[in-house]
Amino acid sequence: MIQIKDLHKSYHMGSNSLHVLKGINFEVKEGELVSIMGSSGSGKSTLLNILGMLDEADSGSYTLDNFPIKNLNEKVAANYRNKFLGFIFQSFNLVNYKTALDNVALPLYYQGMKRKERLERAEHYLNKVGLSQWSHHLPSELSGGQKQRVAIARALASEPKVLLADEPTGALDTTTSYEVMELIQGINDEGKTILVVTHEHDIANMTKRIVNLKDGIIIDDKFVNQVRAAAHV
Amino acid sequence: MFDIERWQEIFETLSKNKLRTFLTGLSVASGIFILVILLGFGKGIENGVTSQFQRDATNLITIWSGTTTKEYKGLNPGRNIQMKNSNFDQISRKYKDNIEYETSLYSIWGASITYNNESVDYQVRGVMPGHQFIENADIHIGRFINQTDYDESKKVAVIGGKMRRDLFKDEDPINKNIQVYGMNFKVVGVFFDPGGEREEQQAYIPISTAQKVFNAGDNIRNMLFTVNMSENYDKAVAQSMLMSQNIEQELKQMHNVAPDDVSAIRVYNSLEEAKKIYSLIDTIKAVFWFVGIGTIIAGIVGVGNIMLIIVKERTKEIGIRKALGALPMSIVGMILQEAVFVTMLSGLFGLIAGLGLLELVGPQIESDFIKYPQVNFNIAITTVFLLVIAGAIAGFIPAYRAAKIKPIVALRDE
Repeated sequence: MIQIKDLHKSYHMGSNSLHVLKGINFEVKEGELVSIMGSSGSGKSTLLNILGMLDEADSGSYTLDNFPIKNLNEKVAANYRNKFLGFIFQSFNLVNYKTALDNVALPLYYQGMKRKERLERAEHYLNKVGLSQWSHHLPSELSGGQKQRVAIARALASEPKVLLADEPTGALDTTTSYEVMELIQGINDEGKTILVVTHEHDIANMTKRIVNLKDGIIIDDKFVNQVRAAAHV
Repeated sequence: MFDIERWQEIFETLSKNKLRTFLTGLSVASGIFILVILLGFGKGIENGVTSQFQRDATNLITIWSGTTTKEYKGLNPGRNIQMKNSNFDQISRKYKDNIEYETSLYSIWGASITYNNESVDYQVRGVMPGHQFIENADIHIGRFINQTDYDESKKVAVIGGKMRRDLFKDEDPINKNIQVYGMNFKVVGVFFDPGGEREEQQAYIPISTAQKVFNAGDNIRNMLFTVNMSENYDKAVAQSMLMSQNIEQELKQMHNVAPDDVSAIRVYNSLEEAKKIYSLIDTIKAVFWFVGIGTIIAGIVGVGNIMLIIVKERTKEIGIRKALGALPMSIVGMILQEAVFVTMLSGLFGLIAGLGLLELVGPQIESDFIKYPQVNFNIAITTVFLLVIAGAIAGFIPAYRAAKIKPIVALRDE
């Protein structure tokens, strides 16, 4: 599903240059649930942003579902993001004036889907994350866990090939974190490829594979025995 | 632009952000509203002042005659030229369209005027009814010479304030008889002249009466015409120059005077007063244009500012939309479409409200200096479009920049 070869990325701030990714080689197969770990500054978020086409690498190759991702113009990148990728953010990033249902339907608007169909599909995914009775609430009326579920439903709504989660539990307490991880595990069980960036070991242990990043290189990449979140809830 | 889905999204955004929509709309609407009212009253004041000063602004053409200095068609120089009623009638008929007020004059200086035991030697001027407006004589009590007085050669007189004090003291002069060289004249009015006492040391009587009682036949001494006001000073100058030259030539022809004889027939036109009034009106116009343009600039800056703030506030939303697969230009387009929609709608609302208020209040105003406040509709609508375009440009730049920002930057937690 994802192949990365010799990926480099530097940031330039004035005269200083910061080499963040120093040659990443990495492969993810369909249906995997991978966590990317590392301390802050290890380059894990940069890697995720490049995977998410929110940022571009300086050199190296990136193939997503056999499409080489390089030299994308804005239009193609937006199209790929919309079709291939679903994002889950630490701070949820819901549009605050839209209801849960409309938030979930938003990526479908950019797919050019008709309103009626959009809302039906959104309803379905909101139901999937267990929030159908909250569909007409604004984000401000939802708890953190509920917001993240809405965000997950939104990420799923466009039926992407890969879900990218950047510290999805970073803003949640332990119990809620496990609930969210349970949901993510459930989605993965249905065959969706998911990448999770986290710095929490218990969260990482709930995935099937842990990739450890340090100073821009992968120092460790191992499969683990998945801890089912349901056991902790 | 005609994408229904896009409009649905825009209406949703607008209705979910009622306060923001309302405030944006309010500032645009009130800006246009104030501008319309301002321009309307500017026009109203211009109209009022114009009509107030119109009669002072009319330029006065004065004609008098003298003696010839040049030999012409076998006639010797030194001839005395005497103008007649027929000369006046001819000029009056010919320039009917341009003339506002007219009078011919026949005056007697130092006429002996008595009332009871009081006696003065003041000027008596035979005039036509139009003289009241030419001279700007303010009728204090009673009335001026009217058309009937003139037509029927009535023995009536309008006396100056000074003459009234000299002859009547505190007595009411109206309908009392004064004697001019022993002939009875009924006083019908008293006039007041801001020019001072000297101007008030005279009496007006109908010229037809004057010609009879002073045995003048149909002789006249002067002719006075005022010319209708033109759009601006330059036109007024051109028009009255042309007219006075023509009159001069015609009168010279009638009396067989050499065309280059300057002392036989003299035509003088005074534009001094007119110049002041025209410059006053120009100043008023300029002031209101200045204020109007200032208001538009303030409006543009205001709308631009609002747009900047709105886009700034929506940076994160733009990031979210981008991460969800929105094209940068579709985001810019949506923000602009929304902004143009709101500014246009509220701008038109402010325009209609302003025009409505002017329509409603305009006729109620009973001030001499504000008349028919009105707005040139084209100017008003242009202003609305100007604000909309300015708002769009002011919104476009930050929206474009926000759409160019990488989603990760836009989404970064503050």
